[in-house]
Amino acid sequence: MATETAQAAGEDTFPKLLLRNAVKFADRPAIREKDLGIWQTWTWSQVLDEVRAFAVGLSALGIKAGDKVAIVGDNRPRLYWTMCAAQSLGAVPIPVYQDSVAEEMKFVLEHAGATCAVVENQEQVDKILEIRESYKAIKTIVYDEDRGLKNYNVKGLYAFEDVQAKGRAALSDGAEAIWHEQIARGQPADTAIILYTSGTTGKPKGVVLTMENTLWAARVANRFDNLTENEETIAYLPMAWVGDHIFSYAQSYECGYCVNCPESPETVVDDRREIGTTYAFAPPRVYENLITLTMVRMEDAARIKRKMFDYFLALANRVGEKILNGEPVGVTDRLLYALGDFLVYAPIKNRFGLSKVRVGYTAGEAIGPEIFRFYRSLGINLKQLYGQTEAAVYITNQPDGEIYADTVGAPLEGIEVKVDDSGEVLYRSPGVFKEYYKNAKATRETKTKDGWVHSGDAGFIDDRGHLKIIDRAKDVGHLKDGTLFPPKYIENKLKFFPNIKEAVAIGDGRDYVACMVNIDLTAVGSWAERNNVVYASYQELAAHPDVYKMVEGHVAEVNRELAAEERVAGAQIQRFLVLHKELDADDGEITRTAKVRRSFVEERYKPLIDALFNRRKSSQHIKTEVTFEDGRKGAIEGDVEIRDMTPMPVAGTNRIAAE
Amino acid sequence: MSALETFVDAADETLLAVEGVTLSFGGVQAIKDVSFDIKKGEIRAIIGPNGAGKTSMLNVINGFYHPQKGKITFKGNTRTDMRPHVAATQGISRTFQNVALFRGMSTLDNIMTGRTLKMTTNLFWHLFRFGPAEQEELEHREFVERIIDFLEIQHIRKTPVGRLPYGLQKRVELGRALAAQPDLLLLDEPMAGMNLEEKEDMSRFVIDVNDQFGTTIALIEHDMGVVMDLSNRVVVLDHGEKIADGTPDEVKSNQDVIDAYLGVAH
Repeated sequence: MATETAQAAGEDTFPKLLLRNAVKFADRPAIREKDLGIWQTWTWSQVLDEVRAFAVGLSALGIKAGDKVAIVGDNRPRLYWTMCAAQSLGAVPIPVYQDSVAEEMKFVLEHAGATCAVVENQEQVDKILEIRESYKAIKTIVYDEDRGLKNYNVKGLYAFEDVQAKGRAALSDGAEAIWHEQIARGQPADTAIILYTSGTTGKPKGVVLTMENTLWAARVANRFDNLTENEETIAYLPMAWVGDHIFSYAQSYECGYCVNCPESPETVVDDRREIGTTYAFAPPRVYENLITLTMVRMEDAARIKRKMFDYFLALANRVGEKILNGEPVGVTDRLLYALGDFLVYAPIKNRFGLSKVRVGYTAGEAIGPEIFRFYRSLGINLKQLYGQTEAAVYITNQPDGEIYADTVGAPLEGIEVKVDDSGEVLYRSPGVFKEYYKNAKATRETKTKDGWVHSGDAGFIDDRGHLKIIDRAKDVGHLKDGTLFPPKYIENKLKFFPNIKEAVAIGDGRDYVACMVNIDLTAVGSWAERNNVVYASYQELAAHPDVYKMVEGHVAEVNRELAAEERVAGAQIQRFLVLHKELDADDGEITRTAKVRRSFVEERYKPLIDALFNRRKSSQHIKTEVTFEDGRKGAIEGDVEIRDMTPMPVAGTNRIAAE
Repeated sequence: MSALETFVDAADETLLAVEGVTLSFGGVQAIKDVSFDIKKGEIRAIIGPNGAGKTSMLNVINGFYHPQKGKITFKGNTRTDMRPHVAATQGISRTFQNVALFRGMSTLDNIMTGRTLKMTTNLFWHLFRFGPAEQEELEHREFVERIIDFLEIQHIRKTPVGRLPYGLQKRVELGRALAAQPDLLLLDEPMAGMNLEEKEDMSRFVIDVNDQFGTTIALIEHDMGVVMDLSNRVVVLDHGEKIADGTPDEVKSNQDVIDAYLGVAH
């Protein structure tokens, strides 16, 4: 990216930005924390004062350029200041997930070679002390909250304010000039931060992001949504996560907006309401929880209120999103919507703490389309983005006016995205990470010589130029004729129906896609009750013709959705069956966290799968051994019916489905 | 818990001494000639099987029961009996075996009631919440907020106590007792009916109260693991009599104590 005037003026590192903000936004709030029930505010000039005192104090304790400073704790102003203080000395902050156990934390600290840890409280001090027994390099431990630490007599343990006091003493002896020189020496290519990816597979990897990477990401994002120093955000996601680092630190320093730290992790909902955030970010589950809370409360509300609620929600569902997108809507509906806003939508938004929100983002995993639409229909500009630690978050964002629930948006300015032959998404941008710390092999595997990064996700770019993520690249298979087969994508579509609890799609190396479905006993059971369907057991219910008919409808619906997407249209489900028993962790069919063990299930139900791919068979006898909760074994046997589906015509092509 | 041990040495000044206390209800002798002391800054546990007279002992200490014989010396003042109200003003506060909070009031208000004895302005000012009353309320509110912060109950600050789970109610009750800034804090089974996690939390708070504020604590508890971990010294009662007194280790190996808990062949 071309050197901008801003960068020319020496705003190419965060400490330099802090110096700028302390003048430009001197009396504007930079960060707040709720303490003793009252919001305490620090202005940018006060933040400079705090950071300076702490940085010089750290320096007096021997922290120097190149040192690694671990940061452990909930989102608190002092821990954010530590980031900037470390960077101002040329040291590298290493935020660590605060809920990791000592052993996991030790791996990160040791791998990064941390010599100093700045932590929130006694709990974290205890962990670091435990780590220090075997990893002796940690010389300095600084804590924020002194509770319970009064009688600790440990070498190298300091209270945050004591380090600042040391710093202030040194400052009055002329250390300020030296500090400013240190900041002036900072370069855009310096390492800004090392973020360890949580590592669901194997050991965590340390993603090295430079000043240039993170600052570029912050600039692009701030410009994309026209963010200014007037935004209010709430910082409540782990500091070790790249999203929080960019949202609550980089973007705030870049454009000067105010970050609010909640009183405790349990008070976030109330704190958000008090602050009235204008720029919000949350993973899908947060949005889901808010809806659930509201719906549960509405169940207990008076009838008239409930009626009103239902009526206006239905109206919002019909016209709300159109109004938000600026599409034409009739006058009556507009007036009714305004009334609904007064009576229902505004109070809901207020409860959610989203009254003032200008832009809200969700990312991390797929959000249910209904949930996404619910928020948008209330007039909340909720958008999806697709990002990775390796990209300093931003890869694609949904631009205003181009919101489609099924895509993650278009690449931001300066980001290139392409899909390779195997269907994997690759991207390149100035935000792309430098390397995996001390792991050249992994770096080579992920980042090509000319800067493209393998995302590990399979997806495609649709004709609107929007990226659609379908699955993890390693899970995507191919049918015999080479057609793309994304099992999880299909299974998730099926699982969106409340009646379907679990689904297993099979097709890799086969002629077509077939599917085994587990019904959800609660949902289908209550459906059966309402429709006078009599059944004695799960097996009987699962085999009921009406249940089959219902599932067939769901499968057809999924096929219709698949047919509408050219890349996956060939992966329509051609045959399916409803399993006679629930997939159960006791039988080893799913993990304790409810993920299907695909290979095990395929082995166990081999007769059923063989029958699925034998078009002559319309049912198959199976005997399955089951383990009861008390450990006894038993067997379930019976005939399982197999249904054929007629594939939907593929949109826009003349292709005839293999029949 | 190395932090704790430093305190044992520091505590040598007697805060409360119970001498020859005997309490009977009609013909039933609840406490028979019991003497022990509580030193400043320590955590003192009172244990014993059911019906041993532990709660009666606490009630004697905070003036709710008046013993027939014996005397109690608190902060140098000797007395045979007094009113609970007087005990509270002198610096003794307590929690109860069964939670005794104002169920319809919020956590904040409940803890605020613990400050009542510290309020000096009269009803007139309070009626209008004006002038000195307002100033006073601000000060007390700040103190109460510190307790809320300390006990990590910010999220239930405005929730009516009746809606809270039991473990949290116990914490609120501890908060109210702390609000009175006691010299001696009496905890009657602070961990009864709690699950392991709640017990661990509560133990942490008890240690922290002792550590941070230097509050002397006398507690009754049935969970032996908790008692042995938390307390500096333990007094054991059985059928109203003191059968052992000493450090957790001494008490644990005392044959009388083992007999009292496990029963002996007569």
